[in-house]
Amino acid sequence: MSDLAIERKIDRSKMEVSDEVAIQINDMNKWYGTFHVLRDINLTVNKGERIVIAGPSGSGKSTMIRCINRLEEHQAGDIIVDGIELTNDLKNIDKIRSEVGMCFQHFNLFPHLTILENCTLAPIWVRKTPKKEAIETAMHFLEKVKIPDQANKYPGQLSGGQQQRVAIARSLCMKPRIMLFDEPTSALDPEMIKEVLDTMIELAEEGMTMLCVTHEMGFARQVANRVIFMDQGQIVEQNEPEEFFNNPKSERTKLFLSQILGH
Amino acid sequence: MSDLSYVRTEMLPQKAPPATSVGVVGWLRENLFSSVGNSALTVVTGALLLMLLSAILPWVFLGIWDAESLADCRAQFAEMYADGRTYACWAVIADRWDQIMFGYSFGNLNEGLYWRPLLGLALILVALSPILYPNVPRIMYVATAATLFLYPWLIWGGSIWGPLTLAMCIIGGIVAFRFASQVMITAFALPVAIVVTAVLIMVVMGPLSNGLASVAALELQPVPSREVSGFVLSITIGIVAIVASLPIAIMLALGRQSDLFIVNKLSTGFIEIIRGVPLITLIFVATVLMKYFLPSHIDLDPVVAVMILVTLFTAAYIAEVIRGGLAALPKGQYEAADALGLTYWQAQRLIILPQALKISIPGIVSNFISVFKDTTLVSIVALNDPLGISGAIRSNSDWNGIVWELYGFIALVFWIFCFSMSRYSLWLERQLQTGHR
Amino acid sequence: MSDSVAPPKETFRLSMLLYDSRYRGITIQFVVLVLVLLALGWLARNAAVNLAALGKPLRFDFLGDTASYDINQRLIEYTSTDSHGRAVLVGLLNTLLVAFMGCAAATILGVIGGVLRLSSNWLVSRLVALYVEIFRNVPVLLWIFVCMFTLTAIAPAPRAFRGDTPEASMLLWDSMAVTNRGIYIPEPLFSRPLGDLNLGVFNVSIELIVLLAVLAGSLFAMKWNNARANRIQTETGDRPNTMWMNIAIVIIPFLLVLIALGFHIGKPELKGFNFKGGINMSAPLIGLWLGLTLYTTTYIIEAVRSGIQAVSKGQSEAAFALGLRPGRTMSLVILPQALRVIIPQLISQYLNLTKNSSLAVAIGYMDLVSTLGGVTLNQTGREMEAILMLMAIYLTISLTISGTMNWYNNRVKLVER
Repeated sequence: MSDLAIERKIDRSKMEVSDEVAIQINDMNKWYGTFHVLRDINLTVNKGERIVIAGPSGSGKSTMIRCINRLEEHQAGDIIVDGIELTNDLKNIDKIRSEVGMCFQHFNLFPHLTILENCTLAPIWVRKTPKKEAIETAMHFLEKVKIPDQANKYPGQLSGGQQQRVAIARSLCMKPRIMLFDEPTSALDPEMIKEVLDTMIELAEEGMTMLCVTHEMGFARQVANRVIFMDQGQIVEQNEPEEFFNNPKSERTKLFLSQILGH
Repeated sequence: MSDLSYVRTEMLPQKAPPATSVGVVGWLRENLFSSVGNSALTVVTGALLLMLLSAILPWVFLGIWDAESLADCRAQFAEMYADGRTYACWAVIADRWDQIMFGYSFGNLNEGLYWRPLLGLALILVALSPILYPNVPRIMYVATAATLFLYPWLIWGGSIWGPLTLAMCIIGGIVAFRFASQVMITAFALPVAIVVTAVLIMVVMGPLSNGLASVAALELQPVPSREVSGFVLSITIGIVAIVASLPIAIMLALGRQSDLFIVNKLSTGFIEIIRGVPLITLIFVATVLMKYFLPSHIDLDPVVAVMILVTLFTAAYIAEVIRGGLAALPKGQYEAADALGLTYWQAQRLIILPQALKISIPGIVSNFISVFKDTTLVSIVALNDPLGISGAIRSNSDWNGIVWELYGFIALVFWIFCFSMSRYSLWLERQLQTGHR
Repeated sequence: MSDSVAPPKETFRLSMLLYDSRYRGITIQFVVLVLVLLALGWLARNAAVNLAALGKPLRFDFLGDTASYDINQRLIEYTSTDSHGRAVLVGLLNTLLVAFMGCAAATILGVIGGVLRLSSNWLVSRLVALYVEIFRNVPVLLWIFVCMFTLTAIAPAPRAFRGDTPEASMLLWDSMAVTNRGIYIPEPLFSRPLGDLNLGVFNVSIELIVLLAVLAGSLFAMKWNNARANRIQTETGDRPNTMWMNIAIVIIPFLLVLIALGFHIGKPELKGFNFKGGINMSAPLIGLWLGLTLYTTTYIIEAVRSGIQAVSKGQSEAAFALGLRPGRTMSLVILPQALRVIIPQLISQYLNLTKNSSLAVAIGYMDLVSTLGGVTLNQTGREMEAILMLMAIYLTISLTISGTMNWYNNRVKLVER
């Protein structure tokens, strides 16, 4: 499951990492009550980077990316997204949230709205886009994730893979500069994982800055430019995928890779 | 080994089951006489049922519909049956049904005014259609909004300008909210809009409606509040309570779900206090204490006072229903709304409440049934709901001593209303369970 | 890395009250609190001004004044020369009495009805369903009226029991009389009484205390007996039969005490125009009790039904497959799960019944509303005090009951873990 081979040829012409910093995390710490979930996280993400975050469950991967758009509050350290510091200032939080797209494990589509309405909701109410324009954008992205014909259906009528692609389109409609993926394929059947990964690859091909928490090591190997391994709330190891998979340095990483890849 | 080998050469045709397990006999055996104990139970219950029915049915169906008074009924029975048997005297219903249904105002006092409450009821059904049945065109919401102002006009009469200017004031409040939310956060724009509406109602409404009325009267014959009675009163109190309580209930439910300590405790306190006391004490507050709590120059109509308190009472109960709906939503819905950058109020209005309210509708309908039944309590404070009217009818010398017929009729009407609504609520619940969500 | 972005230390600005997640909540709460306090203050000020204008400042000393009205149905000694406070106490006890009687009767009928509702007998189950649909869709006040008038219209007057060939006769071996003034039932009497214990406000008969103490002791012994059975079961695997022993533990000491106290039954007897002796349950009490019971029973039937149906069929099948007999399946598998659904609903119905008992005022049963919110209010003219007190007392009762419910829910939740 975790090492699904990616057969297609990946177009790397636009996949370039710039020098500009997209996300900067300095000495971030977070506690749930007395439990120290994130410990001294330091991470710099440049524009155009495609980062895969791996690690055993409970290692703090999801919590970390959820801190980036303030779904979780960090208690110490700094997070700077696109030059905006994530503080208690609600204006900054709103700004960051409209710049950062997010996809969830369980899609979290709005079941009472059609696919199209799901996609136009935030542009209309947050970005104040005229409705006609919002619909055009939404249809554009729905075509991109290859389900324009489902636009007037409700989420409950779609398969899991389709729903996750809609969720990606919904985020894209806000024209985000950074996309966060929180285990986007873990709730899907194997045959649906591929269609979602394909969509993510296309996104990467266009040069989107992406942070993905995922167990899809095939995706990590071929698409990511950097793999981060987390355990017990800390970043244990990070490296280019080639090095990471073939020559892991830390014992923890080796153990994790042997469990997840080797049988 | 070969002994174990077996091949069927001929397939068996389907045979009929034993005669004792199908058809009427089978059904009876299975459902009524499956064992000795069960048979005994059936016989005893059946006998009791027969006894009960043989007492009630003749009384109901051999009753007299045409008589002047109870004494007349008795005389007719004495004439018909030598052994002194008597049955129901339905003549009281024939004589007074219009009072019980429409009250004094629309009943026999002002003949020919039936159309007003009937039209009102029809309007309410039209107004409820977008809520009760999915897939009704959006334009119907206009009818819903119009009904809010037309229904009171139809019941209380007077000039159309009263309800119309009230509508204008509320629209003014909405406009004020739009403007206010441009310059401040929703949590503050809301009270500002409420204050603006209140000021408009207190300052502008009276002179404006009087002025317009002097230009063109457009009047229905006014009905004094005391005379709004019978089932019209019950239905009016019920509808007003449920409609007016919804916005309050939503605010209370959101307040009780809120992380803000003071908001949470205030909402919880209000809900628990209201739910902790009997409705009759709140009705006493309306009729006895309300006048103390208002400035002495305001003379509050008792029916309106009762409506206000019944509304608060209903709001506390519906708030709990809506809170259940809110709690039933997955956390992911809140997170997705946050991640898209929606503000708290946008998320509530566009994402959370539409879903929470939808799953709350069955609960709201059952609350409406309770409130409708509870409107009978106003008879204790001498308002003339059907029970109050039944008392008045019995104190009339013509019908003095009649009890069962009146209570039976009133119970039947209540039963028809409540039973159909509870069936509707069940239907809706099934729809929600099976329908795509 | 960390020195590349050094955020400037923020100083407090006024706009942060609105746009800082730490302060916005506080600001909103402050504004809400101020608005609520303003509204409450306005109401309170109006009340103070209006009451002062009428010369009725908020005072509760009217409770000490002489009530000078009679209450015929009462649990404690009371005459019209007693104070309003004592009249209120009589009313409160009457409320609790009818609430207790109603809850007990509705529970018994509701459990029986719930089980019958699920019976495989078509006729019985349909009849119960019919009963539920008829009674719950008509206002409870109407049922109370109907019960009250049934009693007063159909039951004979006490004088019908007189004479050599009376028109009406007493029931149950001449021990109970159903009249249109109420029902007379036998009373327990003791030929060797122990007297009364004065608790200051009212007296409690010592016989009752002794009997309750004996019962409590028996229950304690029963618990010990069950614990012993459990111990033996854990050690040997065989469970000794506890039923007969338990019955003996409860009944024998109780009977012994009754005999020692010289227990006998005092039957009501017709003396003059009315019955004397026995316990009199007045017609309004009976009417209210029946009306509330019939109405609330329908809700309890539904609670029991939904509770039992909430336990999936797979549970009983699994228990049968393990070889448990139906009785044990019910007590060990179905009931523990069903009760978790039933009991919260049951308690909320108790709450409703208690609140609905306030409808007593419509038929003249002297409960809390009829005394404090009725006669006392009208005689003293202290509307504000009387109604606020009334609401406070009901609130206390409700919070006590719902507190019990929460305690139970929490306990059940813990057991679940």
